[in-house]
Amino acid sequence: MNTMPDIATTPAIEIRGLRKSFGPTEVLKGIDLTANEGEVISILGSSGSGKSTMLRCINMLETPDAGAIVVAGEKIAMKTDGKGKATIVDRRQVQRIRSELGMVFQSFNLWSHKTVIENIIEAPIHVQNRSKAEAIAEAEVLLEKVGIADKRNHYPAHLSGGQQQRAAIARALAMRPKVMLFDEPTSALDPELVGEVLRVMRSLADEGRTMLVVTHEMGFARDVSNRVIFLHQGAIEEQGHPGEMFTNAQSERFRKFISG
Amino acid sequence: MDIAFLYETFVTLISAIPLTLQLAATSVALGAVLALGLAVCRLSGIWPLDWFARGYIFIFRGTPLLVQIFLIYYGLGQFREVRRSAFWFILRDPYWCAIIALMLCTAAYSAEIIRGGLQAVPHGQIEAARACGMSRFMVFRRIILPLAIRQALPAYSNEIISMVKATSLASIITIMEVTGVAAKIISETYRAIEVFVVAGAIYLAINFILTRVVALIEYRLSPHLRQAPALPAVAAGEMR
Ligand SMILES: Nc1ncnc2c1ncn2[C@@H]1O[C@H](COP(=O)(O)OP(=O)(O)O)[C@@H](O)[C@H]1O
Ligand SMILES: [Mg+2]
Repeated sequence: MNTMPDIATTPAIEIRGLRKSFGPTEVLKGIDLTANEGEVISILGSSGSGKSTMLRCINMLETPDAGAIVVAGEKIAMKTDGKGKATIVDRRQVQRIRSELGMVFQSFNLWSHKTVIENIIEAPIHVQNRSKAEAIAEAEVLLEKVGIADKRNHYPAHLSGGQQQRAAIARALAMRPKVMLFDEPTSALDPELVGEVLRVMRSLADEGRTMLVVTHEMGFARDVSNRVIFLHQGAIEEQGHPGEMFTNAQSERFRKFISG
Repeated sequence: MDIAFLYETFVTLISAIPLTLQLAATSVALGAVLALGLAVCRLSGIWPLDWFARGYIFIFRGTPLLVQIFLIYYGLGQFREVRRSAFWFILRDPYWCAIIALMLCTAAYSAEIIRGGLQAVPHGQIEAARACGMSRFMVFRRIILPLAIRQALPAYSNEIISMVKATSLASIITIMEVTGVAAKIISETYRAIEVFVVAGAIYLAINFILTRVVALIEYRLSPHLRQAPALPAVAAGEMR
């Protein structure tokens, strides 16, 4: 039932036995997930099921308690300290891997004191040490692609939510990421602005980008993704091809979830 | 009104302005560095650092600057260890004692202003910077500090102004800045009102200019807080 793209390469992302607790509550209870190159995976689940935490563990914005994260074949080195708490071994490795993963947040999180173009060229110049001219040239192509070339010199506060999120997508793309991580990219938007962001995301999927998308947009999950993951209370309850999942799901909970 | 005397006083006091400005600028600049360190200590989450900074701020905000100046200039010299230390050549000089006292005092106030600015930086913007692969130091330098400065500047300008006025206390330890020179003229002429009116006017003028300069800096740093620039007709036509 699971239609994996049959390309024999290293997976873009591998998550093995991922566990995470906040205080006494275990939020992720052992997640295993492999995202192959070019795959678009939609992660669904009710609020509080651990979707954000899972995504944030991939780029170490949250430190997992147990399990392994492997990005393009490279395992993020972790160790347990004296108190039995999991910690990062090499901060620089994490920083480098983060720079290879583009993250898009629900609340955009553009840097408010920088214009759109400055937001986009910031990390390419300062993290990847690319030349300013090159970064600007590439940023302009990206702005064109997400359809806000005319907003180049605007500050985030002067843009609509949809424009801000498209700028944030351009900012993430400017790092030439191997994988794009989206955490409910349209949930903070007015309904009439959702479409413009989904269009951009669909165009990225069509280019063959690897994407992990936490979303409540069932249309996107069904029509754009190659695989749907349904998370329930910190565990993957069911996963599969969207065609299968949306018509013929095994999980009673998932059927309830999609019927609203 | 003795215009000639006022003018003469004014000319004499003008010659003391550079020293006043020097005291203010040096102590504010050094104090800002110290304040940033204290604010970072306060927010470090490492309790010895946090409590050191808290104690420092408590003491220097809670005692009069005049008392601090006396203690540093007259008090420290009482200790033989201080007189024999390598710092004695600084601590016996009233100029440096005044700078040190002013700096230590402004650092306490500024630390709280800067802490407020740092805390006001939206967490999501910091997270976005980390997610790009920035190091902690780069996140601080490129994102947190610029945002905190913009946030803190209005309150900080008050602090700079009060420091300009506070330099007048240095006259008490023989420093001949504007107030010191004014006091000397009074002791020679017994014309307190005229001399202090002129001295007051000079402080007023300095602070007026200072306020304008800070307002200009604030304006330059905060285009993102203003209304979007009026768009040229062509661009406006393209807007959806
Ligand atoms: N930093 C945190 N500290 C404590 N609890 C947290 C934190 N982040 C998330 N949680 C808790 O973990 C659970 C899962 O959160 P989250 O991953 O954000 O879920 P989702 O994104 O699926 O809505 C929730 O119960 C939430 O309250
Ligand atoms: Mg979430």
